[in-house]
Amino acid sequence: MIIQALAFYLFAAVTVASAVAVISVRNPVHSVLFLILAFFNSAGLFILLGAEFLAMILVVVYVGAVAVLFMFVVMMLDINFVELRQGFLQYLPIGALIGLILLVEILVMVGGWALSPEIASAVAAPTPAPETVTNTHALGELIYTRYVYLFQAAGIILLVAMIGAIVLTHRRRDGVRRQKVSEQIARRAEESATVRQVESGKGI
Amino acid sequence: MDALLLEYLPILVFLGIAGALTGVIVLSSFIVARQHPNVAKTSAYECGFDAFEDARHKFDVRFYLVAILFIIFDLEVAFLFPWAITLGKIGVFGFWSMMIFLAILTIGFIYEWKKGALEWE
Repeated sequence: MIIQALAFYLFAAVTVASAVAVISVRNPVHSVLFLILAFFNSAGLFILLGAEFLAMILVVVYVGAVAVLFMFVVMMLDINFVELRQGFLQYLPIGALIGLILLVEILVMVGGWALSPEIASAVAAPTPAPETVTNTHALGELIYTRYVYLFQAAGIILLVAMIGAIVLTHRRRDGVRRQKVSEQIARRAEESATVRQVESGKGI
Repeated sequence: MDALLLEYLPILVFLGIAGALTGVIVLSSFIVARQHPNVAKTSAYECGFDAFEDARHKFDVRFYLVAILFIIFDLEVAFLFPWAITLGKIGVFGFWSMMIFLAILTIGFIYEWKKGALEWE
């Protein structure tokens, strides 16, 4: 299908271009916006692969939440980014090294996957044809039963993230009048107001 | 596969129309309109005042806390979708698997509630 191929090249090109823009534009806010563009186009690529659920989750979670979080982090840091960029070349070797290690790891993994013959039987369940079962069904049948330990581990990681965020960022502020609903409702007129007889011509 | 992608074809068409229309509107306003920019015209407009401060001032860290708590419950809901539609197939084990997952996150929810992390103050 020619439209499918065209759409793939469009999404892939925009993804790569915006990913390059993320690390190359000067303004960090623009870089987050390019990241959002890259997420959207990756969602398009997922749809072309038939992974609808992942595409929607990418938009909901990554665009809707993670990118917003990145934006907050960027706005929270009070760093002069122009100054920061001047040491860019200084860090280039170590960045290139990490990139190279990642590339080698990916190559080793892909190479091993291509070479070993028993890998096909090690896969939990073959992906069903999209005509018979939807993407979301296929995921749901595996995540909660076959991969239950990984699923619970995901829950624990989320719990750790939640507690960590609260421990690191939450602090009580002094001098804040907070609303205490139960105390406010429990108040009675006798406790808070008194009626006094004032003689005329005199104050209290 | 092709049937699936065919369902998404209208969305692609809409994306194309939206992109083209946006380009036409932005470009034509550049081309057609006369532009004589000056300092007063191009400065930020803030209800008739001069702009009080730079828009890029530091955010309070509390926004970050709200955002990360939102992400966590967003992911929790994302896990609920496949569970909800396959509940008939995965049976009792799948049901309790999700209940344990929800219980773990509820512990975190109670913790943040008691800590007062949900209150803005």
